Amino acid sequence: MTMNTIDRSKAAFVAACFAALALLPWLAGSYGVDLVTKIMVYAVFALSLELLVGATGLVCFGQAAFFGIGAYAAVLLSPASEAASLLWLLPACIVAAALYALAVGALSLRTKGVYFIMVTLAFAQMAYYVVHDTPLGGGTDGIYLTMKPVLGTWLDLDGALSLYYLTLVCLVAVFAFLAVLLRSRFGRALAGIRVNEQRMRATGFSTYPYKLAAFTLSGGIAGLAGFLFAVKDGFVNPELMSWHLSGAVLIMIILGGLGHLRGALIGAFAFALLQEFFKSEAIFGAFARHWHLGLGLTIIASVALLPRGLVGLPGQWRERLVGRSRPVAVGTEALNEA
Amino acid sequence: MKPETNAPVLLRGRDITRRWGGLVAVDRVSIELTRGSVHAVIGTNGAGKSTLINILSGEIPPSGGSVELLGQDVTRWAQPRRARAGLGRSYQRNTIYPSFTVFENCRLAAQARAQKPWRWWSDAQRCEASTAAARDAAARAGLDELLERPAGLLSHGQKRQLEIAMCLATAPEVLLLDEPLAGMGAEETERMLALLDQLRADHAILLVEHDMDAVFRIADRITVMVNGSVIASDVPAAIRTHPQVLTAYLGDH
Repeated sequence: MTMNTIDRSKAAFVAACFAALALLPWLAGSYGVDLVTKIMVYAVFALSLELLVGATGLVCFGQAAFFGIGAYAAVLLSPASEAASLLWLLPACIVAAALYALAVGALSLRTKGVYFIMVTLAFAQMAYYVVHDTPLGGGTDGIYLTMKPVLGTWLDLDGALSLYYLTLVCLVAVFAFLAVLLRSRFGRALAGIRVNEQRMRATGFSTYPYKLAAFTLSGGIAGLAGFLFAVKDGFVNPELMSWHLSGAVLIMIILGGLGHLRGALIGAFAFALLQEFFKSEAIFGAFARHWHLGLGLTIIASVALLPRGLVGLPGQWRERLVGRSRPVAVGTEALNEA
Repeated sequence: MKPETNAPVLLRGRDITRRWGGLVAVDRVSIELTRGSVHAVIGTNGAGKSTLINILSGEIPPSGGSVELLGQDVTRWAQPRRARAGLGRSYQRNTIYPSFTVFENCRLAAQARAQKPWRWWSDAQRCEASTAAARDAAARAGLDELLERPAGLLSHGQKRQLEIAMCLATAPEVLLLDEPLAGMGAEETERMLALLDQLRADHAILLVEHDMDAVFRIADRITVMVNGSVIASDVPAAIRTHPQVLTAYLGDH
């Protein structure tokens, strides 16, 4: 297979996924629509982290803070007595999360490796305790979004379907944006930084502004996911900023396959569906209460058996069929990260 | 080819010193690189050669002394800024991007001269300035047949050539080459020496190298370092017979 046919089959796969998502509400009931809306929100969130971890090589362990800030901004900025307009509320939530990311990035990007992971975690915990311990967002009880935002008269996000399609549009837009971005000069510089930052500096790239821009963008996208989550649930609480969520989204992109945008997509779906599966009392009865155990073991097994994530599964099968003689692993990553 | 007498000095290090705690890794070393010449720095392991390159390229700051690039004092400039001003360097270990193709390795390096990161909608491959520079650099380093090959699949010698190609793609005036011949076979060494000879015409080259035969063949000037200090700096013929060099470094030959 040449590079172009691989590219085309990847693009066809992603297009088919989005088409299936567009048709899903005709087939699934309200439970399914609600579940897939949640998963698509997670997918947007996972894409935000993929930009940092997979594309730039920055392992951020505080992504939930940006998600939570987007969610809290949606509730706190909405007027109590009337519905806010999507036109200003959505950008405001993105900007709020991006600004926090800018501040966190400016400080944390001065560190590297495990220190970076710890510093991003520390900043996220700071944000967590601000909403947890102060009356700002209702403390531990959280706070309700009484009026969901609208877009003029023709889009009211109170309806499950309109929210579903808004989320799908956001997901497609974020995916397309990142796919284009990663092919641009900015995206290629991020790829260079991921592989060998020192070499990039020696070549003439001031890497800090690049990383900070990626960090801020990533925070903004996570904020968008947080906004969608708040509108979907009509409720926010400090758990949206907890490190559990930062860990969960990291697992999603690892499960899906780092270094590929569609890995974030697949990972979000796989993670959420596994979670649903192990939580199901119809299947596991009383044991469903211990769903963490089943989910955890499955994730450990898949990381051990699928070193390249779910995205790498077809390649792994192909190699098993054709034998291991061809050194395809090095070549296939090549230019198209999408 | 020998250096022209009045060739312009492109890079000048003055009294460069680097201390690590009590250890003086580089002790008041002064060096001049002129266009059209290869200046080799030799010395045993730990003599301070790599530290000197790191200081000249801006990777680590000196404890004392100054660095001048194209007539400008760049001592306080960060490494990327020096690189953009015309200072290219290669590393002792391979620093190529193994999963990228040879072309993409060169293109990314060439992009440093036309970064424009805000053009997020435009495909990097469509930037003609950097694709042309990349092709040109790969061709000069003798890799034009291998443009589409993933760099990780190249032979060792080809990887070293790619290192040089990536340097050339940034259109540098000065090249600091850290052991470009390390681990090469005889044929690959010949090819690399021919390349260096060719590059000498329009660059100032600093060559740190352990292969003495190669150094004496290609260098126009040789500086010998021992324990961080320069003990001799002269043309190869004079270095060959320099008494201090003979006892300190070439004594076994």
